[in-house]
Amino acid sequence: MARQITQRRKLFFTALAWTLGMLIFFPILWTILTSFKTESEAIASPPSLFFFSWTLENYTEVMERSNYFRFFMNSVVISVGSTLLGLLIAVPAAWSMAFSPSRHTKNILMWILSTKMLPPVGVLVPIYLIFRDYGLLDTRTGLVIVMTLINLPIIIWMLYTYFKEIPGEILEAARMDGASLAKEIIYVLTPMAIPGIASTMLLNVILAWNEAFWTLNLTAAKAAPLTAFIASYSSPEGLFYAKLSAASTMAIAPILIMGWFSQKQLVRGLTFGAVK
Amino acid sequence: MATTQTKTAARFMMSPAILLLLGWMIIPLSMTIWFSFQRYNLLMPGTEEWAGWLNYRYFLTDPAFFSAMANTLLLVGGVLFVTVVGGVLFGLLLDQAIYGQGIVRILVIAPFFVMPTVSALVWKNMFMNPVNGLFAWIAKLFGFAPFDFLAHAPLFSVTMIVAWSWLPFATLILLTALQSLDSEQKEAAEMDGAGPVSVFIYITLPHLARAITVVVLIETIFLLSVFAEILVTTNGGPGYDSTNLTYLVYSQALLTFDVGGASAGGIIAVILANIVAVFLVRIVGKNLES
Repeated sequence: MARQITQRRKLFFTALAWTLGMLIFFPILWTILTSFKTESEAIASPPSLFFFSWTLENYTEVMERSNYFRFFMNSVVISVGSTLLGLLIAVPAAWSMAFSPSRHTKNILMWILSTKMLPPVGVLVPIYLIFRDYGLLDTRTGLVIVMTLINLPIIIWMLYTYFKEIPGEILEAARMDGASLAKEIIYVLTPMAIPGIASTMLLNVILAWNEAFWTLNLTAAKAAPLTAFIASYSSPEGLFYAKLSAASTMAIAPILIMGWFSQKQLVRGLTFGAVK
Repeated sequence: MATTQTKTAARFMMSPAILLLLGWMIIPLSMTIWFSFQRYNLLMPGTEEWAGWLNYRYFLTDPAFFSAMANTLLLVGGVLFVTVVGGVLFGLLLDQAIYGQGIVRILVIAPFFVMPTVSALVWKNMFMNPVNGLFAWIAKLFGFAPFDFLAHAPLFSVTMIVAWSWLPFATLILLTALQSLDSEQKEAAEMDGAGPVSVFIYITLPHLARAITVVVLIETIFLLSVFAEILVTTNGGPGYDSTNLTYLVYSQALLTFDVGGASAGGIIAVILANIVAVFLVRIVGKNLES
């Protein structure tokens, strides 16, 4: 009897969760489906969900017409470049705070966190003017610098929470066995730190890929990443839903896949360890 | 254990990060403060002069500032309401024993990974467009006249788009918090005859309190700076109906090139964000000690 109720309850909640989940996901699904339609099918009334003549022409057209590959490469360079640069700066900092903390460590961490709270418009004007004067506007270099700096607090914090979990006793044990500092780092710490570094990297590539304040304000044509490329579709001429969908699908697909792998890290990275 | 040598090494390892962040904060921010007291327009070079509090007086008495403040609060408040309530409900739902939980979770989380310009344009054109949008089609299906969302309810529309992007974040964090709830406590309460509602009010909700606070604070920090969604859907209009503080400062800086006025607005945005930041930093700090 009781089992029957729980079974029925499970089926009910399953149906409810799937329905609501599909509803939330629908705009993405709809974008993906529309990208395979012709422009006239994309605005057909009534709209068809699956039964239309599938075509790839939008993808080929977007690629040909707008030099899509350059925007894509800009996104890759900016997000991966800023993440790697950020890690290079953050790993030593997080490392030393996790393994040889001083009485200032906590305050420094809180201060680092507070720099992330600075709203971008608070520094928009000077950054724009500095970039203009030094020829950094619309360059990949300029964007990598800005993106590194705005994500550095998150990178340091995430690494810190991961490094904190590496037990200190293991270091002492290695030291007892006569390991030098270099050996300690290479054979003991690095293997334990790599998963944390990889997760941090993943989350930050995602954040930088989707960043849409600085990328829109500091780029024009040369260094514009996909966020800016898609924004150019906001003033359309003629039929464009299917092409917009194709461009959008290509812009979000890689990050969607990476994002699904980083669900757990997302919580840790964006709450600064306040929710585990 | 911490010898002088390791201490020096630690300082050396930390300094690049600290110096960079310090520079990133202090140099541009003090420039913004300096500009905010200047009469400085990029279109009128050579007319720069000390302006005292004039920029602040203009900015703070501009009717656009009042609509921008109101819109900022409505946008942040609206998105917070939708995402926290929705996040709790989705969290509870995903915490149940259901088939294919992993897949449903992926479906719900997906919008968070969609870049703002894509989500804004997809909603604007394929859903909210009064001629070809899906909502218009549904309205016609039921015999209603299609509604032009972005022309007649621009702020509401932007709020919906942003809420869709942030619902996954709230869900994910609240779900994580729910999963750390001790099930024995719940079972004990149920054994004592507590119904699902009182279990939720007296056990689940207090347990979620801190996670909800964290969601509210972090979302507020990000939502104060909503920009791309407004830029590609409404351009802040019609009039100032969907202009928030961030967008107002942007338009003063990069559309009318009023460096002084935009800087004053930027400083006001910084002060606003700091009020929220103080609470967030305190909560995270408490957690760091435990």
